[in-house]
Amino acid sequence: MSRQTSRLDAKKVNSELLTLTYGALVSQMLKEIDNTDDVNKQLERIGYNMGVRLIEDFLARTTSTRCLEMRETADKIQQAFRLYLNMQPTVTSWSSSGDEFSLVWDQCPLSEWVEMPNNGLKYCMLIPGAIRGALQMVQLEVQCWFVQDQLKGDPVTELRVKYIKRLEDAVPAGED
Amino acid sequence: MADDIVFELLHSEIINYAMEQSKDNSEKKEADLSIVEYIGFAAGYKVMERLTREWSRFKDELDTMKFVCTDFWTCIYKKQIDNLRTNHQGVYVLQDNAFRFLTNFSNGQQYLEYAPRYVAYTCGLIRGGLANLSINSIVTAEVQSMPSCKFHIHVQRV
Repeated sequence: MSRQTSRLDAKKVNSELLTLTYGALVSQMLKEIDNTDDVNKQLERIGYNMGVRLIEDFLARTTSTRCLEMRETADKIQQAFRLYLNMQPTVTSWSSSGDEFSLVWDQCPLSEWVEMPNNGLKYCMLIPGAIRGALQMVQLEVQCWFVQDQLKGDPVTELRVKYIKRLEDAVPAGED
Repeated sequence: MADDIVFELLHSEIINYAMEQSKDNSEKKEADLSIVEYIGFAAGYKVMERLTREWSRFKDELDTMKFVCTDFWTCIYKKQIDNLRTNHQGVYVLQDNAFRFLTNFSNGQQYLEYAPRYVAYTCGLIRGGLANLSINSIVTAEVQSMPSCKFHIHVQRV
């Protein structure tokens, strides 16, 4: 019964399973949806839904307070990447007005073992979706898009985040 | 190395996606869970290949099942299977008394009608894993009362 003690590393297995499950989902979508733009949209939406729920976990775990500035937000996003995907993107290329920055990484667990056909698919579209969803829940509207993508042959993956506006609390409809 | 919650959220989003797809293209009342099952299959097939790479060869079918119940299950579902039964003719019943994807739902009969959605992925995962170890099978799940769940594995003999 020596085999009863687990010789597998649970953390590693879990992350591999996440990667492979995500891969299976993407390939399934490509099979069902003809238009790659629609696949990108679907992936973004899935990311958004995840982000909306992930932010609660993040706030509960990190005791973050409200961000007053985009630089703080960028720090928090970086922290979230470390927490959830165990990766360390660097924050660079701030715009002069301080409302736009890039996250740059060269290794992402989601895109491990992936080779892509050249058909306009944005494989990691989940991530910008998640960022958008999570920030929306803390009343920040942002736009996220890929500037560079390793899967397309670029040396690094660069995700650009742009601040759009602060969302205001609105009075519920029907009340005044 | 990703955090568990990411996997859990992705799992529920996969179900969400499948629900939407089946809403679009079928007039059936039953939700189409084959997509979820297939995604589980594809992931299970590949992950098993990586897990058992440095493992000594399994003695027989039962040995393989034991591996699924202990090591494999511990990694993914944070606990071992509580009960493994077999009739020694290719039917295995794996019982988990606190199945990870169901523990947060309810403790009893409530929401029982949604249970199939949350076990479909795992059925596929087991089937895919076994398929890579050259065991063809049909895996079904049975939930009588959450959060416990029974997986029935019927091995297909040629």
